[in-house]
Amino acid sequence: MERPAWAPEEIDLTKPSVARVYDYYLGGSHNFAVDREFAAKAIGMWPELPVIMQANRAFLRRAVRHLVESGITQFLDIGSGIPTVGSTHEVVRAAGSEAGVVYVDNDPVAVAHGRAILGDDPRTVMLGGDVRDPLGILESAAATGLYDPARPVAVLLVALLHFVPDEENPAELIAFLHKHIAPGSRLVVSHASADGEPERAAEHQDLYRRRDAPMHMRSRDEVAAFFDGFELAEPGLVFLPEWRPEAGAAPEAKPGRFTGYAGVGTRT
Amino acid sequence: MSSRADDASPGVAGLGAAAPAAGDLGTPAAPVPGVSGVPTFAATGLDLPAPDVLAPDALASDVRTPDALAPDAPAPDGHGPDGDRPDAGTPDAHTSASAPSIDHPAAPDALGTFGASVHDEFAHEWAKIVEGASYVPLPADEMRDYLRELTYRLSDSLDADPFRPHEARDVGEALVAAHFTGTGTLERTFGLIGEWWPRLRAHAFSQQRDPDDYLLRVIQIQGALAAGYAEALRTRTLAEQQAIHAAVLDARALTEQALHTSEARFRAVFEQSGLGIAIGDLDGVILDVNPALAQMFGVHQTELPGRRVREFMLADDPGHVWEWYEELARGEREHFSAEKRYVRADGEPLWTHLTVSLVRDSAGGPRYQVAMIEDVTDRHRLYTRLRHQAQHDPLTGLPNRALFFERLEAVFERAAGSVGRPSGADRVGLCYLDLDGFKVVNDSLGHDVGDQLLIAVARRLDAYVSRAGHLIARMGGDEFVVLVENSAGTGQVVALAEGILGALREPFRIRGHDLTVSASIGIVERPVAGTGPADTMRAADITLYWAKSEGRGRWTVFDTERNDREVARYTLSAEMPAALHHGEFDVDYQPLVSLADGSVLGVEALVRWRHPRQGLIGPDRFIGLAEETGLIVPLGMYVLERACREAQRWSGSAEALGAPAAAPFISVNLAERQCHEPGLVRQVERVLAETGLEPERLQFELTESQIMATDGGPLERLRELAAMGVRIAIDDFGTGYSNLAYLRRLPVCELKIAGSFVEGLRKPGDADPVDARIVASLVELAHALGLTVTAEGIETAAQAERLRAIGCDAGQGWYFSRPGPPDRIATLLDGVPRAG
Ligand SMILES: C[S@@+](CC[C@H](N)C(=O)[O-])C[C@H]1O[C@@H](n2cnc3c(N)ncnc32)[C@H](O)[C@@H]1O
Repeated sequence: MERPAWAPEEIDLTKPSVARVYDYYLGGSHNFAVDREFAAKAIGMWPELPVIMQANRAFLRRAVRHLVESGITQFLDIGSGIPTVGSTHEVVRAAGSEAGVVYVDNDPVAVAHGRAILGDDPRTVMLGGDVRDPLGILESAAATGLYDPARPVAVLLVALLHFVPDEENPAELIAFLHKHIAPGSRLVVSHASADGEPERAAEHQDLYRRRDAPMHMRSRDEVAAFFDGFELAEPGLVFLPEWRPEAGAAPEAKPGRFTGYAGVGTRT
Repeated sequence: MSSRADDASPGVAGLGAAAPAAGDLGTPAAPVPGVSGVPTFAATGLDLPAPDVLAPDALASDVRTPDALAPDAPAPDGHGPDGDRPDAGTPDAHTSASAPSIDHPAAPDALGTFGASVHDEFAHEWAKIVEGASYVPLPADEMRDYLRELTYRLSDSLDADPFRPHEARDVGEALVAAHFTGTGTLERTFGLIGEWWPRLRAHAFSQQRDPDDYLLRVIQIQGALAAGYAEALRTRTLAEQQAIHAAVLDARALTEQALHTSEARFRAVFEQSGLGIAIGDLDGVILDVNPALAQMFGVHQTELPGRRVREFMLADDPGHVWEWYEELARGEREHFSAEKRYVRADGEPLWTHLTVSLVRDSAGGPRYQVAMIEDVTDRHRLYTRLRHQAQHDPLTGLPNRALFFERLEAVFERAAGSVGRPSGADRVGLCYLDLDGFKVVNDSLGHDVGDQLLIAVARRLDAYVSRAGHLIARMGGDEFVVLVENSAGTGQVVALAEGILGALREPFRIRGHDLTVSASIGIVERPVAGTGPADTMRAADITLYWAKSEGRGRWTVFDTERNDREVARYTLSAEMPAALHHGEFDVDYQPLVSLADGSVLGVEALVRWRHPRQGLIGPDRFIGLAEETGLIVPLGMYVLERACREAQRWSGSAEALGAPAAAPFISVNLAERQCHEPGLVRQVERVLAETGLEPERLQFELTESQIMATDGGPLERLRELAAMGVRIAIDDFGTGYSNLAYLRRLPVCELKIAGSFVEGLRKPGDADPVDARIVASLVELAHALGLTVTAEGIETAAQAERLRAIGCDAGQGWYFSRPGPPDRIATLLDGVPRAG
C-alpha cells in the first residue's frame, strides 16, 4: 500500500465541508453559506439530523468522561473535526485530567482552526492527517510528545468510519492500529447506520455522495466487526443514546431514530 | 410573537399564544404594544451584515441573529454579499465559548410565593423546549441545574425593588455562553413565559402588585433577556466566523507554502543533484534535463531538450532495456533499472546506471517519464581493469589460465547451445606447449634471466599465434596453451604447432646470452560434441607428456587408442591388489615331460587372472604391470605357496605308490623384483617348512636377462637358495644376450630353450636346418656345463622326436599337455609310467 504522506488538499470554499456542516448541526457558526445550504437540504430530508449529530457529540462526551475515569491518559482523536463546542480536550480538562490530546483531521481548515484555538493548551495539539495512513498518524502523534506508544491510548474514530469506503478497507486500518497501540488501549467508534431508517438513510448517503464525501452506512454486524481484537465495554455496541446514558436523561422512546451505533472496546 | 396588549385577555391569550411555531418564523411580527422602546421581532435577518457571515438566505428565518432586538448592538456595517472578510464588526472581548459558571444569589425562596419546586418546574420545562436546538455540552441534569439558576436570576430580577430589568441581560448572555445557540431558543423561551403568565399574574396579586405593572415588568425582562442573548450570540457568531475565516486563510497559506516548498525543493534537487535527471514525455521526447546530466554528456543543458530518447540507443545495449522502455511508455511498467553505455559529445564512452520511472497524474494516467542517470564510468573502468588483471598473467601480459578456461568453456557451451547445426561441425584444437630444459636456464643463469626468457618467448608466441587469430595463454611456469576455435581439422593445428616450433628456433638474446630453446607440444584436435573442456585439457596434458617422453622439440597428436591402452593398463594395475585379495588369481600347471621315457619330471606353475568382467587374463598382460607396481612380490609368494602345496600332494601320492623318487618337482617363476627382496630366502624356507616340500622338488625359473643382470644381494640370494638344494632354471634361453662365462658362476642347473627355436623343428621331414643346429649346440653347451635342457613350446610328435634325437632332456608344450588344474597333473602322474 503506497500512500503519500498527508498533504493538505486544495481548499475549495464552493464545496461544503463535512467538518463545518457538522459544526452547524451542533449550533456553531464555524461555517459558510455553502455548508448551511447543504445542511438545510439534509434537514429538509431528515429533520432529526441535528438531533442525531448532537446525540453523537453527547456520546463522545460520555465516552471520553468514562475513559478519563477509567484512567486513560492519552487521546488520539482521528477525524476530530473543528474542535468546537464539547470537543474531546474540553471534556478531558473539565473532568480534571491533564491527559494528552492529539487531534487529527484531513480537513485543512479544521486543522488550521484547531491550531489557532489550541495555542495555549500545551497538552493538546492538532495535526493534519488521514485515517487511511495510520502509520503516518501514529508517527506524527508520537513526534508531538503527547502520545507515548508504550502506554495505553484511547483512539477515537467517532463519526469518521462512514467516510471510509470498503475499498479503502477500514477493517485493515483498524487492525493496523490494533497492532501498534499498547494493550489496554481503547477504541471508540460511532458509525452511521441505515438499520433504523433504511430509506431516508439511502437518500442521505446520496446527498453526501454528490458532495464527494460519500457516506457509507454500515449494518450493526459490519460495525461490530471493527472491534475485532477489542473487548467491548458495557453495554456493547448500541444506538448512540443507549451508550451509558447519564442519570436523569429522558429515556429515548425510539432509539432507532438515532441511526448510529456506538461502542468502546479495550485492546486485548 | 404577535400578542397585543389590548387583547381581550392580553396576558394569557397574548403571551400564551405567543410561542411561535417554526413555520411562523419568517412572518414579520407586529410590534408589542404598550412596550415602548422594546423592539419588535423583525427576525428576518435581512439587515444582517452579510449572508455569509451571519445567516444564509436559505436560513433567513434563523432567529439566532436577531440584531434588531439589541438596541445597543453595533450597527450593521454593510458588508457585501461575499463578505468573507473576518473584520465584520469586532465582537466584544468578553464573549467566551467556554461554559459559564453562575454565582447564584442565595435564598430565592425569600420571595415567599415562588418555592424551589416552582423554579424546578420551570427549569424542567425550559430544558425540554430548548433541548435539541443546539448541542449543549452538559449532561441532562447539569443542564437542568444550569437553567434553574437562570430561572432564579430571572425571578429575582422580576421581583426586585427597585426593578432591575437589565439583570436579565446577563441571563441572555449566559444562555449563549452555555451554547444554547440553536434556532428558536429565544422564541421557545418567551413562549414558555407566555404560558406561565397566569401563574405570574397570580403571583403578582399575592405580592400586592399591579398585574399590568407586573406584565410590563415581564415584557421588559424579556426585552433585556433578548438583548443580552442577541448581543452575546452576535458576538459569538462573529468571533466564530472570524475564526473560521482566519482558519481558511491559514490553511490556504499553508497549502500554498507546502506547494511552494515542494516545488522549490524539487527545483533544488533537480538543479543541484549529482545524479543526472531527465524528464521526457510519453512519445520519448526529452523535455528537460538537469545540469548534472548535461555535464555527464558533455553538452550544454539546452542541447538535449527536444531530442528523442531513442537516439541514444546503442548496439550493445542489453536487449531487454528497450523492451522495458516501450512497456513503460505504454503505462504497463512503473520503472526499470539497467546498466547502459552512452556516448559523450566528445566520443568518450559514458557508462551509467540508469533508472527510468513512469510518472502518473492524479487520475492515474501516465504523464511523464523520468530518467535518473548515475555516471559509473570510473567504476566501470576499475571493474574492467580488475577483470583484466584477474585474467592476465602479470609477467608476460598474456591471458592466464582463468581466461583460457573461460574461453574454452565458452566454446563448449556455445556448441551445446546451438540448435539446428549438424553435430560434429564444431571442432576445437589445443596446442599444449612446454619449453624443453627451461629449468636448466633458471638454475644456471638465475630467475631473472629465466623470467626475461619467458617474456621474450611469450612475445614471440603471441606475435605468431595472435596473428593467426588464436588465443594464447600462459598456464604457469613455462607452459603455454593455444586455443584454436572453429578448427578446420588436425592438419591446421599441426601446421600451427610446426609454425610455433619454427618461431622458437631463432635464438633469444637475453642479458648477453644467446639462448636456444625448443619446446614440446601436445596437440588435441577433435569435434566439440561428445567431449568437454576438462576432458580435452586432460588429453592435451597427456599428449604433451608423450611428446616430452618421445624426445624434445617435437609435437605429438593425441591418439585415442594409445590413450585407451594406457587407460586399460592403468585400470588393470589399479585393480590388481583387490583381485589378489579376492582370490581372483589362479594357478594352472603344465608338465615337463622326459623325452627319453615320457615320465613327468616336473610341473610348471602358471598364474592366471580370472577377471570378473574381462574373463581369463594371461600372465603376459599383467605380470609386467605387477612388476611395475611391486605387486609381483605378494603375488609371487601367493603362487609359490599354492604351487608348493600341490607339489607336496603329488609327492605324497608318489610315496604312497612306493615310488617317492618319481614325484615331479614344481617349477615357479621368480621375478626380478622378488630377487631384490631381502626376506626372499627366509620366506621360501618358511613355505617349504609349512608345506613339507623338499627343497630339491622346488625349481625357480628366471629369465636369461634377469640372470645376467643379477649381482650383489640378488646373486647372494640365488646362491643361498641353490645351497639349500633349490633348483634354478633359466627361462626362455636363447632370446637374450648370454655371457656364457658368467653362466658358470651361477648356481643354475637347467636351461629352458625358448619356443621360437623349437618352432623351426615343427614340420615333419623338412626341419629348418639352422634351428636344428642351434638347438643342438645349445644342448651340447648345456650338457658341457652340467645343465639339463628342457625345450618349451612342443606342439607336435615330430618336434618331440627331433628334440629327443638331438639329446634334449625334457619337453613342455601342448603336445604333452596344456596347462590345467592340479587334478589333471594328479591323473597324469597316476597314468604315466614312471622312470626307474
Ligand atoms: C462528522 S465529523 C466528526 C467529528 C468528531 N469526531 C465527532 O464525532 O464529534 C467527521 C470528521 O472526519 C473528518 N474526516 C473525514 N474523512 C477523513 C479521513 N479520511 N481522515 C481524517 N479525517 C477525516 C472530516 O473532515 C470531519 O471533520
